[in-house]
Amino acid sequence: MFVTLVDFAVLGMVALGMAFILARLFIGPTLYDRVLAVNAFGTKTVIFLVVFALMVGEPAAIDIALLYALMNFIATIAILKFFRYRSLEVALSQMALRRALDGEDD
Amino acid sequence: MDIAFFIELGLDIASAALMLTGAVFLMAGALGMLRLPDFYTRMHAAGVTDTLGAELIIIGLMLQSGWSLVTVKLALLGLFIFLTSPTATHATANAAYKSGLKPLLQRFRPRSPDDNGGAS
Amino acid sequence: MGRRLLYGVILTLVLAIVWLLLSGMWWHGIITGLGVASVIMSIYMAARFGVIDGETVPFTNLVRFGSYWGWLGGEIFKANIDVVKLSLAPDLNIKPVMTRVGVTEGSDLAKTTFANSITLTPGTVTVEVEEGGFLIHALDESFADQEAFIDMGKRATRAADGEAG
Repeated sequence: MFVTLVDFAVLGMVALGMAFILARLFIGPTLYDRVLAVNAFGTKTVIFLVVFALMVGEPAAIDIALLYALMNFIATIAILKFFRYRSLEVALSQMALRRALDGEDD
Repeated sequence: MDIAFFIELGLDIASAALMLTGAVFLMAGALGMLRLPDFYTRMHAAGVTDTLGAELIIIGLMLQSGWSLVTVKLALLGLFIFLTSPTATHATANAAYKSGLKPLLQRFRPRSPDDNGGAS
Repeated sequence: MGRRLLYGVILTLVLAIVWLLLSGMWWHGIITGLGVASVIMSIYMAARFGVIDGETVPFTNLVRFGSYWGWLGGEIFKANIDVVKLSLAPDLNIKPVMTRVGVTEGSDLAKTTFANSITLTPGTVTVEVEEGGFLIHALDESFADQEAFIDMGKRATRAADGEAG
């Protein structure tokens, strides 16, 4: 019972943190604030999922948390890449070229 | 009273302490993200305090779950978070810097404690 | 060639072990077959990309990295408490600074380890990788200590490149 109580406390605190981050997600003045908030929200979701899975005794849900952690990282990189190049169909070699061109513009 | 009971109790207490510390760090990071003045300072609160909080909670859960496949999966999850979190933070910071977002570089001290810094 | 074969064998073993641990099934006709197929597919693609080398298979110096990560964990914990204190103080009082740290020697792996360590340590984030160093944003003046950066750089280089580096 002691362990379940601790789990409840941790879930509550993580949920409160998620609420704060949602607030930042809505008011964040720049795009990068929002990307950062989405990333932090994803990390907290993973933690919430893992703690909840072990609390209700459903260890299979940890696989979902693993997937979510990886997807969260890929999504962050994809969003940043999209807003830098306005397209996802840019190959790595062209990215280096464009970066060189952008450097001259700065 | 056998010794296994005490080992179990010790593990429970250690895992509870680790998880509660981690949750406090997670919440502090989220609160810092709401209070700090500009993007670059928020990044410190969000990307990094998160990592330690998440790792502490995962280590606490590993102590609690005993020696099984679940522990291995939790360790892998911890490793992923440990490796991807700084990379994502650096990618966001670098994208913001490249796009010309200027960091705030002077002392920041709001007048009233209630000012959450969003006004800068 | 022999070295690449060795790395390939190590990578195959690691992938197979990870697959077995994640699936938790030691023998189940179709699923084990799919697992073997996915390992072979991954190895084939890695070989075609030509990325099977010491950087993709960094399992030969795990012991050095382990001790480095132990030290880094302590640093992260100490700095984290400072960041939490700063950002939760009732009246915020911070002075963000940008600073540069020179990095000249060491392999790419050493530089990556160093940059990631700076980002992992709370209060400092590597913003830009330049020719001769890193551009770092620090939450407060007290985190932008050149001596500490140089010490961390030395340790990272030692962990990644061995004692000689």
